[in-house]
Amino acid sequence: MRDLSLLRRKAAELRLDIVKMIHLAASGHPGGSLSIAELLTALYHDELRHDPRAPKDPARDRFVLSKGHTAPALYAVLAQCGYFDREELWKLRQVGAMLQGHPDRKGTPGVDMSTGSLGLGISAACGMAKAAKMAGDNYRVYTILGDGEIEEGQVWEALMFAAHYQLDNLVVIIDANGLQIDGRVKDVMNVEPIADKLAAFGFAVSAVDGHDFEEIFSAFDLAKMTKDRPTAIIAKTVKGKGVSFMEDNASWHGSAPNAEQYEQARQELEAVLAAIDAEIDAETEGK
Amino acid sequence: MKDLGKQATREAYGLALKELGETHDFFVLDADLSKSTKTNTFEKAFPDRFVNCGIAEGNMMGVAAGMAAAGHTVFASTFAMFAAGRAYDAVRNAIGYPHLNVKIAATHAGLSVGEDGATHQCIEDLALMRAIPGMVVCCPSDGVTTRAAVAAALAHDGPVYLRLGRLSVPTLYEEGTPFSFGKAIVLKEGSDLTIVACGLMTARALLAAEALEAEGISAAVLDCHTVKPLDAETITAYAKKTGAVVTAEEHSILGGLGGAVAELLSETCPVPLRRVGVRDVFGSSGKAEAVLTAYGLTAEDVAEAAREVLKGK
Repeated sequence: MRDLSLLRRKAAELRLDIVKMIHLAASGHPGGSLSIAELLTALYHDELRHDPRAPKDPARDRFVLSKGHTAPALYAVLAQCGYFDREELWKLRQVGAMLQGHPDRKGTPGVDMSTGSLGLGISAACGMAKAAKMAGDNYRVYTILGDGEIEEGQVWEALMFAAHYQLDNLVVIIDANGLQIDGRVKDVMNVEPIADKLAAFGFAVSAVDGHDFEEIFSAFDLAKMTKDRPTAIIAKTVKGKGVSFMEDNASWHGSAPNAEQYEQARQELEAVLAAIDAEIDAETEGK
Repeated sequence: MKDLGKQATREAYGLALKELGETHDFFVLDADLSKSTKTNTFEKAFPDRFVNCGIAEGNMMGVAAGMAAAGHTVFASTFAMFAAGRAYDAVRNAIGYPHLNVKIAATHAGLSVGEDGATHQCIEDLALMRAIPGMVVCCPSDGVTTRAAVAAALAHDGPVYLRLGRLSVPTLYEEGTPFSFGKAIVLKEGSDLTIVACGLMTARALLAAEALEAEGISAAVLDCHTVKPLDAETITAYAKKTGAVVTAEEHSILGGLGGAVAELLSETCPVPLRRVGVRDVFGSSGKAEAVLTAYGLTAEDVAEAAREVLKGK
């Protein structure tokens, strides 16, 4: 049985790391990093077959963060898994640091694909999934895109490709937080109805609350049972989730919290962590 | 120039893929141009290792990158205009930056596309690809060296851009001529000037050198098939030895072979230099040979540049 409290704790830890990293770097993208904390936790602590001691194992499942600007979330979960020393997190975006502003597969253990220019990651994920089919490998490929990112035309080229080649080993997750740099996605360039479009493109589509582990795992389980077509999971999320003043606020897409803001964010996130710990204690005592 | 027959470099590419496919494990991708790029030669032999990506070149380059990231070597083909132009971002960020084993074989490069006109006549690809760190950029001059270049690309660890043509071009080399990336081939010795050429201009440079010989001008000819890494040693040595250089390419004079040689020699051995190429204008429709003539890419144009450059010595 999955320990959901433990997973919620991991996600809360990621959020603390994310805001600290971006605060120390004085640069980065907190909003979209905070919105995918549960998704990455679910992937790296349950769904993916991977071994941090063998980051290049050919049989491992692959993950591509197509929305590469939310690298802090990926770095935090990779560090949590033990792919590299946590101390690296505090050097994010600095000259000579391992952790680049956007994921770099050459320099960072655990990063399967370099991404950053939006719309490219999903193509690479398709390539990995197609290669697995052609070579007879049974690994699965997961990728997360932003809902703003799907405004890029290449995304739809990739979606067409995935359906055409029946890549049922591919799971495309849309982090639907509803915001992009210039404002609400529906105002800047409406992408809805996303579910209808993905279904029309030939995907098996699930819609989930992207902060609810049970819903996320149900969608992952369904994807594994789906044959001959790829799966898309539209994960409804809150941008900036967990930090009151960042939530659902486009201005926190790509700006770093100052010392005062960081302190407030830290207190809020630690309160969440403490509440989860209290729940875990209560559960333990109840047993 | 000895008559060894003619072959389009794209034809040689298709044959090389098929031949190498017998012994090597790699994938081949195309974007709905397999009959033109000749990847269909491979497809017929190895349908299970061929993927048509449809008319979506950016995605094809990303798919190629993903396959390479998963441990496979991939050849990806389309016209030069779409490989280097349309898909530039994918090539730079998904293939170049992660230094993946994707070999981009771009056909129909340059003006010799002919009738299709400016939208399809890519005259900027050498410049674009050369600017990407770690990218090998090769523009072979005939069928024999194209086959060698495909094998070299397969053996090379990292991204490669092969620039290939639509037109049949004279075969310049005997089978088995030694070939390696970054090593220019001395096609003809000479003492008055050096012509540095690539692609279909190499045969024209040889013809020009023969014409100049009749006028008492001794021109060396270098087949500089690899534009990056440039053979700095050979080019500098010949600049020193002959004291004047002409470059010849079916590409813009900005940023391609001429640009690369000018950058090099201005630092290592400044000598009078003329660049034969497309002079910062778009191409236009016409029979390939007529277009090449209209844009100053004949053997006589190379010879004329040689006569001009000698005036500066």
